[in-house]
This record gives sequence, C-alpha cells and structure tokens, in this order.
Amino acid sequence: MPGLPFWPPTASGYASQINVLFGALLIVGALTAGLVFFLMLFFANKYRHGSNADRSGTTKKTWRFEVSWTAATLLIFVGLAVWGADIYLHLYNPPANAVQIFVVGKQWMWKAQHPGGQREINALHVPVGQPIRLVLASQDVIHSFFIPALRIKQDVVPGRYETMWFRADKVGRYHLFCAEYCGTDHAHMGGWITVMEPRDFGRWLQAQGGQETLAAQGKDLFRRYGCSGCHEAGGTVRAPRLEGVFGSPVPLSDGSVVIADERYVRDSILDPKAQVAAGYAPVMPTFAGQIGEDDLAKLVAYVESIGPEQARR
Amino acid sequence: MNAPHQPSYLSATVGIRSWLLTTDHKRIALLYFAGITFFFFIGGIAATLIRLELITPGPTLGSPDFYNRLFTMHGIIMVWFFLIPSIPTTMGNFILPMMIGARDLAFPRLNLASWYLYMAGGLITLAALVLGGLDTGWTFYEPYSTFYATGYLILGVFGIFVSGFSSILTGLNFIVTVHKLRAPGMTWYRLPVFVWSTYATSLILVLATPVLAMTLLMLLAERVLHVGIFSPQLGGDPILFQHMFWFYSHPAVYIMILPSMGVISEVVPVFARKPLFGYTFVVWCSIAIAAIGFLVWGHHMFVAGQALYASLAFSFLSYLVAVPSAIKVFNWVATLHEGWIRFDAPMLYAFGFIGLFTIGGLTGLFLAALAVDVHVTDTYFVVAHFHYIMVGGAVMGFFAGLHYWWPKMTGRLYPDYWARFAAILAFFGFNLTFFPQFILGYLGMPRRYQSYPPEFQVWHVLSSAGASILAAGYALPLFYFAWSILRGPRAPANPWGATGLEWSTRSPPPPENFVETPTVVRAPYQYVQGEPRMQAGDV
Amino acid sequence: MSERAIGFQYATIAQQREASTLGMWAFLATEVLFFGALIAAYLNYRIWFGEEFIAAASLTKVALGTANTAVLLTSSACMAMAVTTFDAGSKRAPIMWLAATAALGLLFVAIKATEWWLEYQEQLVPALNFDLARHGGVAEIFFIFYFCATGLHALHLLIGIGIVTWLAVGIGRGRIEPAGSTTRLVGLYWHFVDIVWIFLFPLIYLAGRTT
Repeated sequence: MPGLPFWPPTASGYASQINVLFGALLIVGALTAGLVFFLMLFFANKYRHGSNADRSGTTKKTWRFEVSWTAATLLIFVGLAVWGADIYLHLYNPPANAVQIFVVGKQWMWKAQHPGGQREINALHVPVGQPIRLVLASQDVIHSFFIPALRIKQDVVPGRYETMWFRADKVGRYHLFCAEYCGTDHAHMGGWITVMEPRDFGRWLQAQGGQETLAAQGKDLFRRYGCSGCHEAGGTVRAPRLEGVFGSPVPLSDGSVVIADERYVRDSILDPKAQVAAGYAPVMPTFAGQIGEDDLAKLVAYVESIGPEQARR
Repeated sequence: MNAPHQPSYLSATVGIRSWLLTTDHKRIALLYFAGITFFFFIGGIAATLIRLELITPGPTLGSPDFYNRLFTMHGIIMVWFFLIPSIPTTMGNFILPMMIGARDLAFPRLNLASWYLYMAGGLITLAALVLGGLDTGWTFYEPYSTFYATGYLILGVFGIFVSGFSSILTGLNFIVTVHKLRAPGMTWYRLPVFVWSTYATSLILVLATPVLAMTLLMLLAERVLHVGIFSPQLGGDPILFQHMFWFYSHPAVYIMILPSMGVISEVVPVFARKPLFGYTFVVWCSIAIAAIGFLVWGHHMFVAGQALYASLAFSFLSYLVAVPSAIKVFNWVATLHEGWIRFDAPMLYAFGFIGLFTIGGLTGLFLAALAVDVHVTDTYFVVAHFHYIMVGGAVMGFFAGLHYWWPKMTGRLYPDYWARFAAILAFFGFNLTFFPQFILGYLGMPRRYQSYPPEFQVWHVLSSAGASILAAGYALPLFYFAWSILRGPRAPANPWGATGLEWSTRSPPPPENFVETPTVVRAPYQYVQGEPRMQAGDV
Repeated sequence: MSERAIGFQYATIAQQREASTLGMWAFLATEVLFFGALIAAYLNYRIWFGEEFIAAASLTKVALGTANTAVLLTSSACMAMAVTTFDAGSKRAPIMWLAATAALGLLFVAIKATEWWLEYQEQLVPALNFDLARHGGVAEIFFIFYFCATGLHALHLLIGIGIVTWLAVGIGRGRIEPAGSTTRLVGLYWHFVDIVWIFLFPLIYLAGRTT
C-alpha cells in the first residue's frame, strides 16, 4: 500500500474545478467551525464560574448581532449555491464532438458498447482528451455510475435513459463504482476506467476483434424486428421515414414539438402511443418486453447514424 | 426532601397495571424511555457488527446478504424506533407539560395509545428482523424493494407504518397542549425554547408523517399485490417513489434535530447562568427550520434524474434552511459571553453538541453545492454528515437532556465525575469514528459496501477503533444511572438552580405535577448576576 | 365518555372543548396530508399519461359515482341538521338526522360495492383479474389508484358511520351534552370525508368527460 490516501486522483479539468470548490468549502467550514470552537473554549475559560472576568453586561442590543451574522451567513451561502450550480451546469452541456458510448447497468455488472461495436464488462476504455458522452440504461433496478477520479455520478433508472459526459485529461486507471444500492453484489458491481493515449486506444479498439459498428448492428436489428417494413420506402403501412430525423424537432399529434433524441427513439419503440408524430395514425405496435437494453442501444445508434450530421444535443 | 405522606408519581400507585394502563404523562415518558433504550441498543449492536465487518476490505463476518440486512436494520431501527421518538416522547412527554404549568397533556389516553402503537410497530419490525430481516436499505428505493428484494419487507414496513400513527398522535397531542393548556401568565414569548422546539417538531410530525404513511401503503400494495405503481414494467415512475419518500424523510431529519436544539437552548442558559441570547430569534428559527424543511427534499435526488431547474431550486433552498440553524449556534455561543459557566455533565454534552452539530451542519453546505454533491452523494461523506448531526447532534442533545432532567424525573442524583468522563469519552470516540468517513467519502468510497478497495482500509480501521470508544461512552451511563436509581442521593427540587417551572415542584414530581397551578410572571432564563429568578413568583 | 366531567388537566369545560376542537382540526390536517399524498401521486401520472388515464377513466361507472356524490352531499346536510337540531335542544330530531346520515353512508358503501363488483366482472381489478393485454399497463396503474383511493375513502366512511351511530346512541341515552362539542366534532369528521370524495370524484371519474 503506497501510503495513506487523502485525496482521489484528479483526472479531468472538471474534477479540478470540483477540487477548488471543495477546497473553498473546506476553508469556509474550517473558519466557521474554528470561530465557533474558539469562542466556545475562550468564553468557557474566561467566563467560567469563579473567574474574575468583567461581566458588567455591555451588550444589550442583541438584534445588531443577529442581523449581522444572519446577513453574513446568507451572503456566503448564496455565493456557494451559485458557484456550485455554475459548475453543475457544465454537466448539462456536452460538446458536439463527444463520442457516444452506450452503458447498460444490470445486477451486478456494467456493460459498455462503443460506437465501433466493441463491448466491455465492468470496464471502460477511453482516449485522453476526447469528450465522451454516456447514454445509460438499466435493465432491472436503479444503479449509479460513479467515477470518483472524474467527480461524476449519475443514477441509472430502469425505464428511461440518463446521460452524462466527461473529458478525461489524464492517462491512468481509475475506479468505477456502482453507487446506488442494488442488492447482493452491489459492492462488486464496478471495475476500472482506463484512460489511454489516442494511439494506445486505437490499438485497443483494433484488438477487440472485428465486429460491426453499433449502428450497423442496429441496422440489422431494424430489419430483424420488422421496423423497415413500415419505416422504409415501399412499406405497407404509412409510417414516418427516419432519415434525417435524429436531433431534429418532431411535431406531435397533440400539437407539441419534441426533439428526436435518444430518449425519444427509445420511448417510441417501447411506448409508441405516448408521443405520436403529427399526421400519422397511432398504429405502431409496442416492443416493450421484446427488445433488451443492449439491442435498444444499437437501434438508437442506427437511427442516429442516419440522422443529419452533428445531430446530438 | 422525602415526605412519605406525599407520594411522587413513581410511588402513588403500584402494580404493573398501574403502569401499563397509566395516563400520567410522566409514567408514559418512562415507558417510552424503556422502549427507545431497548431499540437504541438493538440498532447499536447492528452498528457494532457493521464496524467490525468493515475492518477488512473483504467479507469478515458473513455474506453480502447478511451485511445488506445489517445496515438496513441499523437504519430502520435507529431512524424510526430511536431517533424520531427519542426526545419528544421521553423528555417532551415528561417535561413539556410541567414547563407550561400544566397537569398533563391535552389528551392523556391518546398519549397512552401512542405508546402502544409505538411498541406494536416496533415489535412488528423486530419480528421481521428476527425472522431474517430485509435488505433494501432504510430508504426502500423502487423497483428494488418491491420486485427484487428478498426478506420480510411487508412485515418490516408494516411495523414502521403502525408506529407512524404514534408519531402523528404524539405531535397532535403536543400541539393542542401548547395552544390550550398553558398556565395563567404563560404567554407564547414566555415559553421556554424547549417548548417552541417541541411545538415546531410536532408540526412536522403531524404534517409529514401522513405522507410517509401513504408512501409505505403504496409500497406495500405493490409488494403484496405484485403490481408496479412505481415500476417501469407497467409504465410507473421509480423517481416518484423517491419524491414521496423524501417529502417525508427530509422533514423527518428536522424531527430528529429540533428537540435536541431545544434541549441545548435549555441547558446552556442554566449552566452559563445567563439568559439565552436572542430568544426571539431562536424561537422563530425553530419555526423557520420546520417550514423551510418541507421545501428541500430534492437535495437527496440531485443525481437521481431530477429535472435541472428543480435541482437548482432545491440547492438554493437547502442553503436557506441552513441559515436558521447557524443563527441558533451563534446565539448559543453568545449566551456564554459574560456568563458564570459550570461544566456539569449536561453542559459538557451541550458543548459537544454545539461543536459536532456545527461540523455536521457545515458539511451540509458541501452537499447542498450541486457540483460537489454529484461527487459525494451516495458515498461515506453523506454517511459522516448525517451521523455528525444525528449522533454528534441529536444523541448528544438527548444525553444532555437526560443528564439535566434525570434528578427531576427520578428524584436521584448521579455521580458527576463518571458522567463527565462518559461525555468526553463519547466525544472523542465519536470524532474518531466519523471524521475519517468524510475523507473516505471524498475519496469515493460508496455507501452500503461490504467489500471495498484495499487502499481505503486504514480509514475504516480508524473508524472502527473510534466506534469501540464511542460504544464505551454510551455503555457507561447504563452503569452510573443504574447506580443512581439504586443508591444515588436524593435530589432536591432544583439541583441546578434553574428558572423553569419544572424546577419549582418536587423531585420526583407529584402525580398532578403542581400542588397549585402556577402563575407565570416573567420570561424564561431570568438569571440576574448569575442568580435565578423563577418564572412563577420569586424563589 | 361523559362530557359533564372535566379532565383534571383542564381548568374549565370551555378549555376542554377548545382543546378537543383544535385536536379534531389537527387530526383533519393529517388526513389532508394523507389523502393529499395519494392525490399528488395520482396527479403526477394523470399529467404524464393524459390520454391513457382518460381512456381508463372512461371505464369507471360515472352514473353510480354521480349518484354516490349526491348521496354523500345529502348525508352531510343531514349531519348538519343533526348538529343544528341538537343545539336547539331537541333529542328525537338529531337522532333521526344521524340515523339518516348513517343510512346514507351505508347506501354510499353499497353503491360503491356494486361498482367494485361490476369492475370485477369487467376484469378491471389489478392483482385479481385485470385484463392487461386489453387495457395496458397505464390503465392498470389508474385502477390501482382508483381502488386505493376509493377503498381508503370507504374505510374512513365506515369508521364515520360507526362514530355517527355511537353518537346517536349516546344522545339517546342522555350521555352527550347539548352545549358540548362532540356533535360538532363528529360533524367535522363527516364533512371532511365528504370533501375528500368531492376531490376524488372529479379527479377520477370525470377525467376527460368534459368534452
């Protein structure tokens, strides 16, 4: 064991920002606690029963103190709230050039699918300096995808997609944990995030063996599940064509408009009656219970691949 | 002074029926003391086993399933069968009526019913645990709890459901009592802060607990009927469960801390021999904590998939709710200024409370900062935070009150040396147990893990070592309190020279509390040059 | 429970009455939060699943539900008459009004039971015989709420009927003080159970029926 760990590795610029905010909180905390402790001990000593300190009662107006320390407290707290929110908003703005990796959590493992079709279990290999966007799904219960070195965490909820993004700036090997209690082997549902130099990462991708890209596998499934029967040219039933749809606004039959993101595609497959495209009859059958999260990811990747360029949010 | 022809509430009637069918708030308080002490030690045994397990990175005592049931049991017992009832049902029941100059609570029979509901709920949940327990964590997240968890969920949850009615009826009783049974002259602003704190707590008990009741009922419906209101299988929303659960469970933590704050507000003026600084601010802070406490539940769900704008709002409100607590801390410290401070055991516990609650509360600021919370939520940082508040705060406050009002309740004194030793032991044991957990949390050690990466072991070993010292600090009072009851010197009516109404009657009190209903003439905590001026007339 | 006696913790009977009244209001506040939590959860899904919930709501027996609403409102009127006539000093009249209240309450329960029976026949009861293939999962969620809400309401109503009966018997035996608060407090509880129904009825039965 190489000595006592006090601080986790800091593997990204974002993680550094968290370190700074955490440090500021430590300082505010230490100063406040220090003040409270000091005053308590100082008063306890100075004004202990039997001491000859001056107790002539000079402070009569209490509300000046009350207003002052209330105002100071409020000011500091609002400042911290804003700072924390500001960094947090960063998590909601993935850059357009992020590489998308689909992750499925299930009792008790993480499965990742790279766009090139490479699969990993309880591990994630990524190139350094490249923004990575994770689309997370759960096959059973709520899990949570947690990488301490990157200071990021996202609960993975069954029935919906969650997303998170990061850009690792430091080569290395970092813990991956499941952070939401999920049963017997909750503590074993984890592994390693490996951040590699781009060349090493390229070699790693190659070494995973030849397989179709995620989108190509999705295209196969698109045929196999019968989607092309309606959604491609020559289909018997009138259904929306999916070319160019991903990332674009879709008018719905109730008058609202949604952006066709991965959530929309997944929900359309599992619950097609929920958001019907305007001008079309709600005749699409549901595939709930028939398509697992792994295959859903491939289908989403396929629909995304035939969308316009730079379609991701 | 022992006047045998004037019986105390303890000796006025004898026999088991006179205890199990009592409507005397003081006897009911002792019945509750027995219950919560029992459950505290059950929960404590679970904690001991948890800390023993975590000494090694791999499995030590048993299988992962065993560990999962252990921390579930620890959480459920400590939250619902120790912390929530602790101060309100014991000291609230015993002292609050006396503090306001009343003879009993507004509804004494309802009070007894509350105790039976509490015991019934506790025994039902205990049965679940004895039969093999449940492994959901005390938070019962969906869909794990209904469709995946093994164990005696229905039994365990039903016990909590039943005891919830005890909470509701107790809170209702206190609210009506404080409104309607105050002695002549006892205006709202002459009430001791403990009464205000208990009143604020009761508001939460009455308004939040029914939401828990409904949430647990829906959980039970799912589990019994195998239908998923919250499960995606039918289209349900697992996050709706979290909203409903935390809508209760966040205010619940204020149920657990407000009474302790009330105790500290009583103890500090007495042992500093000075009026409480900023009385009006302190009492309205209790109300503010209760009110704003209903608006922050989403801070448990920052990474749960909650909407961005909701998270922003909850973060801001969570900072807001910390302000009244901070104000209270400043007021307690300011009370010490120009006082005549004595370091009896209650005061040592009060100092411990102020220090540890401050640390716990400050770490709450870390958690309220959205970006930091993303990293530390679901880690040991949160575990350390709430143990600083609940154990370092609430339990210390409980012990402060216990040591303060023990002479009044039992009519006996306890050895101050051993009590102070226990307080100091507990303080150091506590910090050694839980401070390393902050470090573990930022390092990334997740919660509810039996096995962990070996590099975390040193911190866990330190924490477990601290736990053994803390356990000793909690075990000691058993011995000297037992000694106190059996052989302790008789206590006078007012051993501490305090100003509250409860000190104007005998120790232990007569069954009707006051021979004559007192008339209150002045505000509480009137110490002039270190000498008390009693609330009802002059001493 | 004789109201002529004052609990030893009270100085005057007026104080005791005030305490009882505040206690009942506090209790009703807890009930508001109890049903409120259920209604909030229901509303969450109602907004989320608008169309499916409206479709499922159309399967409820709105005619019987409307009849029940009339029954319960009338029973509240009877309850109010019981309080008024008792205040005025009569004994026979309030007992009859209370009997009417209880009878209407029982009628409500009977109509409700009929509805549930019909729903059972139509395979709409979750966990027993819900036809998932025909109606879908969201409709099952709707009916879980339906049975939970109407079931809990009916339970509260049955308890109310019991209390009203007890009150009528008590008045008959001269044990209830005319100047006291007991009748009023029972009335409060009864009206509250009525108000819960006033919320449940439009939320559950009338969803989507306005057009």
